[in-house]
Amino acid sequence: MNERAVLEVEKVSVSFSGRKILDDVSFEVRRGEFTGLIGSNGVGKTTLLRAILGLQRIDAGEIRVTGAPHRRGARSLGYVPQKVILDPDVPMRARDFVALGLDAERYGFTRRTKEQHALVEQMLVNVDASEFADRRVGGLSGGEQQRVLIAHALISQPELLLLDEPLANLDPASVQEIVALLHRVAGEYQVGVLLSAHEMNALLPVMDRIVYLTDGRAASGTTEEVVRSEVLSKLYGHHVDVIKLHGRVFVVAEPGRDNKDIAEHSNLTVS
Amino acid sequence: MFAGFMANAWLAGTIVAIVAGVVGFFVVLRGAAFPAHAIPNGAFAGAAGANLIGLNPLVGLGVFSLAAALGIGTLGRRGRSDAVTALALVTMLALGAALLSQSTEYEPQIFSLLFGEILGVSTSQIIPVAILAVVCVTAIGLLYRRLLLTSLAPEIAAARGVRPQVVDTMFLIVLACSTTMTVPVVGAFLIFTLMIGPPAAARCFSDRPGPALGGSVVIALLTLWAAIACSYQTNWPVGFYVGVFSATWYGVGRAYLASRRGRDATTSLVRAPTASGSL
Repeated sequence: MNERAVLEVEKVSVSFSGRKILDDVSFEVRRGEFTGLIGSNGVGKTTLLRAILGLQRIDAGEIRVTGAPHRRGARSLGYVPQKVILDPDVPMRARDFVALGLDAERYGFTRRTKEQHALVEQMLVNVDASEFADRRVGGLSGGEQQRVLIAHALISQPELLLLDEPLANLDPASVQEIVALLHRVAGEYQVGVLLSAHEMNALLPVMDRIVYLTDGRAASGTTEEVVRSEVLSKLYGHHVDVIKLHGRVFVVAEPGRDNKDIAEHSNLTVS
Repeated sequence: MFAGFMANAWLAGTIVAIVAGVVGFFVVLRGAAFPAHAIPNGAFAGAAGANLIGLNPLVGLGVFSLAAALGIGTLGRRGRSDAVTALALVTMLALGAALLSQSTEYEPQIFSLLFGEILGVSTSQIIPVAILAVVCVTAIGLLYRRLLLTSLAPEIAAARGVRPQVVDTMFLIVLACSTTMTVPVVGAFLIFTLMIGPPAAARCFSDRPGPALGGSVVIALLTLWAAIACSYQTNWPVGFYVGVFSATWYGVGRAYLASRRGRDATTSLVRAPTASGSL
């Protein structure tokens, strides 16, 4: 084990009614690093994240967060879920939602201290959310809500931050901003960031490590180690080519292959 | 109208309004208006049954509303809860119809369970109402932050070790308790109005959860006090006034919110050139 590892996933398998969703998956996430969990829809990304959170029972293997077996609700974990639908009429400002990250599981009322207010303020500045901190959280745009959710997750000072498809449904400019923000946050807070996405190109500039998931099996390492024809061909079980073009990566299967699963994240668009 | 026999009405009304304001805030936030409708309306059948076998109607109300809350909480996982709530309601109404058919005498009492008889509240009714009110408000106070987080982002709550399903069931139990105490006083229809109108209106007046909750209580109090006074003066039912005043509050709240959002939009239009200029 690497001494900077905050998350160790070892030979994890999960099955639903006889069907293997995750098959012998192993990887680690290190403190201060940005790790992308890449795979098309339905390959088991959300199941894997839920297993790390302790919300999904695993059939085999082990998951350790900061060296200890994971347990549900551990403070060392921050989580940004795939989709938060907020009613614009909900009486809660962005700053109230961030503050809720401090103590949401406590019972009763307590007045928040000056230090806590300062912490919320600082967190809002850090995620560039000061401008809309006093607006209702339900009325914010997708990118703005993502910032608030990230601040909510970070304020309890986790060592591992999990994000489930935070870039889906965002416009390209917001994607860039959120990715840059997470990269900066990983270094600043020395938190291990694990982000799931079905498209890797937006993450290439910042991704320290990659976990490439297909059909429940995973290959992990640095982007150079993993995103290669030999490695991915072995993972897919048939030949695929990795094409690098203008700083972007495309994964393409040979003609005649059913490559629906590849096409989605290779982002091959005619434009 | 401040005569001795009215003292109980004012006291009971005040307690009921506080509970409705507090519990109703989370009814609206959680989108639980349907259970808030189904539990009191179904539970009145329990009161009818209790009366038939010579028990205190409160016992029947308590048993039926708790059964409904637990049924909806256990069976009504996400997506299915509408159908489960509806089935709980119709099952209890069917039972109520059967129980009522066995009785011949007390139509006025049924009327009062549905529409309330706040002007005729007796001192002996106040004590159980007050006890249940303290229980309900304390429970909401304890669960306050858990209720907020599970209402807004159940996945985050689950990841933080707060089980949304458990919080949901606990909230429904609180809803059942507040139903049990309020139905004999203000009636099944009225409590529903009071739990939806004032909280929905209060959300328009504040952007923050604490003040919105406080505002919900204030509006519920003003609504019920005004309704009691008007009802006393005009002899029209309290329920009529509570319904009309609640809806009016909501209308005023929406108008206020619309005017405020209009102002905000104008301000940001004025600011926009500066923002783009700095790029």
